[in-house]
Formats: sequence, structure tokens, C-alpha cells
Amino acid sequence: MKAVYQKPESLTSETTIYCPGCGHGIIQKLIAEVIDELGVRERTIGIAPVGCAVLSYNYFNFDVTEAAHGRAPAVATAIKRLLPSRIVFTYQGDGDLAAIGTAEIIHAAARGENFSVFFINNAVYGMTKGQMAPTTLEGQITTTTPGGRNPQIHGFPIRVCELLSSLDGVTYLERTTTSSIQGIISTKKAIKKAILWQMQQKGMSFVEILASCPTNWKKSPADSMKWIKETLEKYYPVKVFKDPGNIL
Amino acid sequence: MRLKILNGCEASAEGAISAGCAFYAGYPITPQNRFPEYMSERMEHFGGVFIQAESETSSINMLFGAAAAGFRCMTSSSSPGISLMQEGISYLAGCELPAVIVNMVRGGPGLGDVTPSQSDYFQSTRGGGHGDYRTIVLAPWSCQEIHDHTYLAFDLADKYRNPVIVLGDGLIAQMYETVRLKPTKKRFPKKPWALDGCSGRKPNSLKSLFLTPGVLEAHNWKLASKWARIEKREIRCESYYCKNSSYIVVSFGTCARIAKEAVERARQEGTDIGLFRPITLWPFPYAQLAECLKNAKKVLVVEMNLGQMIDDVKIAARNSNARIFFYGRPGGGVPDPDEIYKEIKKK
Repeated sequence: MKAVYQKPESLTSETTIYCPGCGHGIIQKLIAEVIDELGVRERTIGIAPVGCAVLSYNYFNFDVTEAAHGRAPAVATAIKRLLPSRIVFTYQGDGDLAAIGTAEIIHAAARGENFSVFFINNAVYGMTKGQMAPTTLEGQITTTTPGGRNPQIHGFPIRVCELLSSLDGVTYLERTTTSSIQGIISTKKAIKKAILWQMQQKGMSFVEILASCPTNWKKSPADSMKWIKETLEKYYPVKVFKDPGNIL
Repeated sequence: MRLKILNGCEASAEGAISAGCAFYAGYPITPQNRFPEYMSERMEHFGGVFIQAESETSSINMLFGAAAAGFRCMTSSSSPGISLMQEGISYLAGCELPAVIVNMVRGGPGLGDVTPSQSDYFQSTRGGGHGDYRTIVLAPWSCQEIHDHTYLAFDLADKYRNPVIVLGDGLIAQMYETVRLKPTKKRFPKKPWALDGCSGRKPNSLKSLFLTPGVLEAHNWKLASKWARIEKREIRCESYYCKNSSYIVVSFGTCARIAKEAVERARQEGTDIGLFRPITLWPFPYAQLAECLKNAKKVLVVEMNLGQMIDDVKIAARNSNARIFFYGRPGGGVPDPDEIYKEIKKK
């Protein structure tokens, strides 16, 4: 019988801790597929965040290290500078990258560090059970904004791609979504481009991926997809911010 | 033999380069600004990596990455910067990663001032960050010694897979002395645990997170046995005229060097006195000090702080009948030999 589909070699057989409908499972599988397709598994080093995806080192079948909360870009900076021929990426959530680790990502980007960043934006803190994230939308109910996020009190959500687009050290910058099959296909393309640009030593390649968190949004997986499409994508438009050329 | 006139920052940096340091990250802070300046030039010369980070927080996490990739790495800073690094040092200890951290201590608390101090003794010897861990702490008293200690620190860090702190101060950082340079190290220990791509082997991972019940406790017990090994093997100290002396001065680092002059003077005048100087502040030389205190009636602890090492002296002296006195200068105060001599005479 001909196998038409199989698990990528870059994933282990470990069962993930992710909830039903969670975006992490989809995105980590896409990263694993891309690494397989580019044949770089044996020279890839991933940096896991603090948050639900901290256990990535159990799921990726290549070298992965933990990093302190928000510090993945500093860790990646050193690894890539010392091992320039390896493929290095950070995998970070919105709290990790856009709250506690804001300084680290901005300065790694400004230095033009030559690694890839996969930024998973689900507008909520996942592992700590649903508190306000820096990307939580106005009016969005979380466990620390029980009346909805009020900018007068809680400030405004951060658009990370727009913020980074002014920095010359970032070469490739795209926001994608996982709310539809087309979106997932585009996300995989963006992941591939990010790694290919890294291989061209062009500076930081950065993909923001809008993802679901049904448990903390208190929505079904299907309604979560709908919410990304109808609400999240309105504030965070799916867009290529920077792309130096045709690499695929 | 290579001799050079260097200040403490440069001497330490040269010790690191001789030891094969491939990565330096740092952030400017007085009184050790010469360190990153010197390293920026020297690392380029040797083909190493120098990064001026956006903060000390970032510096220490860059060290985490460099150590994870299997390279010898270091940072330098001064007290407020070292406080910012404590989270990262805890992660290094938890993940068992070797790294060297030089602290040119200045007066605190808070922003304090930029003059020499020893007020980071507790922070250095008690872990400093969160969790149950220890760092090896070396306390040099000269430019030669900070060179030698930095060189040694890389070997100790690799040997035990643990961060090592070299605890200098603002005086050593800025003082120039002749330094005999160590030969360049050629052979390094293998690091099969490092993350450099899983070519021809199973993937490696580094972590300090252990969620399965009992696993973190087992990890802590494993670390404890490592620290017990360090306590057994790595104690370093010096004593001058301590054998059978009835009066012992205990001091470390710069302060010990000043105290030594006062002790010499008191001896010349017939006082039966010796000096004990811990070189490793952790592991602390409890047994060695206890031995020196056998016939002691009086102990004077001299520190450039409000009394921190004195806690360890009291532990060492728990079976001794000697009375323990303290003389300290906090907040960047540096005693002169005459001042310590007068204290010796007063007690």
C-alpha cells in the first residue's frame, strides 16, 4: 500500500499536552514538515518559550533548549553567532515575546540577528489560564480583565509586526493566520521562507501566526476559528510586511 | 613567560582569553567599563564573539545560549547589573550549564555608588537567584590573582557544569599591576550534552522544568551531590602566621590584602596574630579556618560591608572559645591599613 501521509521525522511520537483545537499542534507540525522538506533536521536548534509550548523539546525531534521567560532571542543570538551554519529558531507566545521579552526581541531584531522567530499570537496567556496578554483585544474578557480589556485602564494591544517593521535588522516579516486551510497553507509557506532567508544570512526572519486558544477563550474549536477570522484578523491584518524577494 | 601591566578588568579578560573563552556579552556599568571595551577588541582579534547586549538580563541569557551550544563563555558587570542576572544564573545552575561571571562589586544597596565594596557576599555565596543552588565563588586580591582565578573559573565551570563567579571589586577593576599571563589553553573537555545539531546522534535538550511528581526533587538531589563534591574538592584558602596564634584576623579579597599589612605591623610590635583568607567564598573553608582557630582567643573579621562573611566565620568557629569581633566599612568605604591596625589593637 502506498503511504500518502505520515508524521514528519522532525516530530517525536510524544502525545502533546495541548488542548483540543489549540493552535500550537498545527504550527509545530508545520515547522517540523518544513524542516523535513529542507533536509535540515540534523542541524536545527530550537529555543522553546515559557508557556504552553515550553515542552516543545519533547515534541520536536531535533536539539531544543529551554529559555527563561522572554529571553529566547538572547539565547538564540548566542547560539547562531557561535554556530552560524545551523538553523536556529525561537518559538514564542505573546506573553513571552511581547510582554516580558519585549527588550530581547526588539534588540535582537535591531542587531539583525540571523535566526527565525515564530511568534504565536492567541491574544491570551494560555498556561497560566487565561489572563490578559499584551495582544488581548479591546473589550476581550480574560481572567484579569473580567469586564473586558479597557484601554483607559489596561492600555492598548500591541501590533508586533507593525512595531518591528521599522527596524532594518528584520529582513522578512509576515503575519499569517491558522483560521482556515488557506491560512494554514500560507503559514507553512511563511515558515519555509523564514528559514530559507535565514539560510541566505539576511538577518532576522519573523512570522507572527494568529492561533486559537479555545480553552481560555471559552469557545469551541470551530467558534475559535471563526473568532480569529472575524475579530482577531481585523485588528491584526494578515499581511507581508517585508520580503526581500522570491525565495520559494 | 609573558608579563604585562594590566588593570583588573584587563587581567581578568586575558585570563578568559587564555582559557579559551569564545563568547563575551556585557553591558556598560562603572567601575568595570574597561572590561567590555577591552573584550570588544580582543575577542575580534581572537575570532571570538563579542556582543554589547541591551541589558545584563540579556547578557546572562546570551551566556545561556553560548554555554548550551558548548562554548566557553563569560560576562562581567558590577553589583546592580549582577542583580539583574540572578534569574539567568539560576537557569544556568538548573540546566547545569558552565559559565563565568565576573562581579566588580560596588557600593549598594540600589544604585549605591561606584567605589569598591564587598556587599555582594551573601548574593554570591547563597545562590542569589531563586531555587536551591550554589555557585563557586573565587575572591582574588590582586590583578595577578583575578587573571589566574578567571582562567581557573572556566575549568571549574566545565568540570562541574555550573556557573562560577569571580568576585572582584571596584579597586581591583581599576588598579594596575604586573601580571604574568597564563599560556593559551589548547585542550578542552568534550561536551556531548551540548546543542549543536543532532547529526549522527539522538537530539539533545536542556531544561530545568520537571513537572512529573518527584522528578524535580530527584534533580535537586543530583545537584546536591555535585555541590557536595565541590565542597570536598575545591576549597581554597591561605593563612599567614595562623599556627598557634591567639589572635586571628579573617578577611577576603582586597580587604584581606589591606588587613595583611596591618597584621604584619602588629606582629612586628610583638602581637601574636595571624591572618586567614578564604579564596573560595563558596565552598567556604570551614574546616581550615576551624583548624586555625584552635588556640585563638580573639577573632577579628574585617569586611567592606556590614558583616556578611562573619556568618560563615561563626559557623567555622562553632567549637571554638574565641571571641569574635567585626570591623566593616559599608557603602563603598575602603579601610586603610592604619585603620585596621587600630582596630586590632583596640580589641
